[in-house]
Amino acid sequence: MKARKDDFEKRRKELAKLTDEELKTYFFKLTDQLLDPIMELAYNYTSPSIERSVLLRMGFSSLEAKVITEKLKDANLLSYGAGHVVYLYAKKVKKEIIEAGRLLAKGEGIALMKEVFEND
Amino acid sequence: MIKANQKLDIRKLLEDLENYEPKRRGWVWRQKTPQKIGPFNYCEVSPSLKNYQPLPSARHLNNIDPQPEMVITTEIASGRFEDDIRRMRMAAYHGADHIMVIRTAGQSHIDGLLEGTPQGVGGVPITRKQLRAQRKALDIIEEEVGRPINYHSYVSGVAGPEIAVLFVEEGVNGAHQDPQYNVLYRNINSLRSFVDAAESKKIMAYGGLAQIDGAHNANATARDAWKVMPELLVQHAINTRMSERVGIPADLICLSTVPPAAPPSPDLKINLPYALALRDFFDNYKMRAQMNTKYMDSSTREATVTHVLNLLISRLTSADIQSTITPDEGRNVPWHVYNIEALDTAKQALVGMDDLKAMLEFKKDSELFKTKREIKERAVLMLEEIIAMGGYFEAVEAGMFVDSGNYPERVGDGIKRKIAGGISSDTIIKRDSKYLAPVTAHYGYNNVSQYSNTSDPATLIGGSTFEKRAKIQYIDELDETDNVYLRLAEKEDYRSGHLLKPEVEWLADGVVMVDLFFPTDINTAEAAALEVGKKMNLTNVEVIHKETMHPSEGIRIQLKGVVNFDIDLRKLKVVEKEENLSEEEITNYLKKHHLKIIAGTGGNDEHSVGMREILDIKHGGLEKYGIEFNYLGTSVPIEKFIDAAIEENANVVLISLIISHDDIHYKNMQKLHNYAIEKGVREKLILVAGGTQVTPELAQKYGMDQGFGRGTTGTDIASFLVKRLKEKNES
Repeated sequence: MKARKDDFEKRRKELAKLTDEELKTYFFKLTDQLLDPIMELAYNYTSPSIERSVLLRMGFSSLEAKVITEKLKDANLLSYGAGHVVYLYAKKVKKEIIEAGRLLAKGEGIALMKEVFEND
Repeated sequence: MIKANQKLDIRKLLEDLENYEPKRRGWVWRQKTPQKIGPFNYCEVSPSLKNYQPLPSARHLNNIDPQPEMVITTEIASGRFEDDIRRMRMAAYHGADHIMVIRTAGQSHIDGLLEGTPQGVGGVPITRKQLRAQRKALDIIEEEVGRPINYHSYVSGVAGPEIAVLFVEEGVNGAHQDPQYNVLYRNINSLRSFVDAAESKKIMAYGGLAQIDGAHNANATARDAWKVMPELLVQHAINTRMSERVGIPADLICLSTVPPAAPPSPDLKINLPYALALRDFFDNYKMRAQMNTKYMDSSTREATVTHVLNLLISRLTSADIQSTITPDEGRNVPWHVYNIEALDTAKQALVGMDDLKAMLEFKKDSELFKTKREIKERAVLMLEEIIAMGGYFEAVEAGMFVDSGNYPERVGDGIKRKIAGGISSDTIIKRDSKYLAPVTAHYGYNNVSQYSNTSDPATLIGGSTFEKRAKIQYIDELDETDNVYLRLAEKEDYRSGHLLKPEVEWLADGVVMVDLFFPTDINTAEAAALEVGKKMNLTNVEVIHKETMHPSEGIRIQLKGVVNFDIDLRKLKVVEKEENLSEEEITNYLKKHHLKIIAGTGGNDEHSVGMREILDIKHGGLEKYGIEFNYLGTSVPIEKFIDAAIEENANVVLISLIISHDDIHYKNMQKLHNYAIEKGVREKLILVAGGTQVTPELAQKYGMDQGFGRGTTGTDIASFLVKRLKEKNES
């Protein structure tokens, strides 16, 4: 930002009329307003770390979660959820979640899942 | 339960870790319980500990150790988690119930989790094994001290959500989480940071972790720390409200606040209105008061005074967590003793200022309140402008944050982060309408309904690791060349063998500090100090502190170096201290047996304080056991002690000998002993000498039954006399 002098006295004119309580309410109203688009962004987007954290919670080790996420990212499948791909693949090949995930980590089933998700 | 005289066995701790389950999840606050402790009424205290190390002066107050009502933090991370565990136990004894582990340098930029136990730099690599071992140790330690200990580290960087999962699974109780920290100080892409943060916070909410934000880093970074106060309120608000909207309860959202200024600036005049403004706006949330590091130099004394002033701010306003900064942080990675000093500083100052607010009232029509209001208005104006600029990300890109100007003033030196730039830019992915995450504590869009009408996504997979712990995969070690077992083996002789070496942070590191004064100028003093270190056979000699007493008359230097020898415990002579009899045993015995004492300071010696402390009831002296004595005063001729004993049918002589020049104290002991023999009463009498330079061995060598040195109490003497009397009566 460009340098500028302190013009607090000029800017505060409207705020000066508020009570302490009103000032506080206004402060948090502005904060929420600022946060609305951020919360919206977080609601609708995911990331490799989020997907790895999902796989961890499904019982994969950090090493497995990393490889699976990379494979699915390369195949443009992360937008469906890494856990989702593993879950559905396990159902398709009738295997346990962990077993199915380990196959995906080896690259098996990626093409199948790409077809399932993208042609659905 | 582990005993105080028993070391924590690190090897045993590492056994069977794959099956260890932490005792609990979630954060624990101290309970404020006003109470009488010893002779005093305290208001701002919590229950006392089962096992503890009180302040040094508590010796005069029956070793009471009042615990403040605030959770007290210490940060421990030397790079070797196994050595840190020992420091954690010491810290808990001194009143810490919040142990923060700093991560090794660079971990925040690692895209994924680390495993095993590699050595760290300036912190420890946070891994499942390291967390589990330390949590297991803390589970033992909290049982020992009798108070829950909160374990804490950082959910930040580019692997935040994964670390949050790890923390919930491993019973970590609190964490730093603030996407603004990623953006401003770690240059991680802003969009990625906020998207990850929502998931991390959701996971932390599930695990009941307390969250600490990162706002205080702004005043550690800005050129003039006190000018970023309006921005601090804005940063706190962004993280606090975001956390609350994700689902963290308000009483687990902690604002990390540091008094921005430090002397020689007028500390309170700047810090107090700010602290009040912050608490006005954020009274729904918790305050984590941290100490100032921005103006910290290498003087541990100066840092300690600043920190006491910070504690004054905490007492004048409020704090739910009082964090401590080690006073040596300005010169090295903290050493054991300085963690303990910082904890004692906090405990001492907080207890000393017990119930301060009840005695004071702030002047409402003062500069204090005017400034407080001004800070709040400046913060509101800043938020207005950020929104007008298009939002948070746009404002960061423009350099709105960490500018050295007092908003609305702008200097133009703010940190700028491009929306499309930074580490891990372009890595967030829009969720498809079919997006699913079949796990617990997931934030955001999650299309579970395509498979089931359950509200719990984890039921799709029969429960996640949060419900079914058995699903967690434990990885032991990945690096055969860098792990805890190799480090333990290297130092085994010092851990379980017969060797001992001084240390400051790692077992047997051999580091010592030497405090020197030279009557010369600073450059000469520094060069001379290094030479002294070499001549003392130290290696890696380094000056860690220099302070001018006068530009030409004198310089104080503190240097550190490494000693290159071991102490062989097999050859070391250790004086075994005897346990005292209980007060009851002493009193009961004296009811039935005659004991009369002749006491005084012998020779040409006018010191009387020590002997009065041993005798007087108000100092817990011999009087309290109802022991009869005749105090002869000071500068008493040696012969007079024996003559008086004979005349008054006394059976004990207590002689105080303070002056030790030319070993006069020992010569006088010999004289006392000889004169008693000469008078034929030596067998009948118990002769006891005391004084600051008296050692028991030498006193016995010079004819005394026993000698007592510095720190002796009336009880020590009474206990000894009763034991000796018993022996005499039984023989």
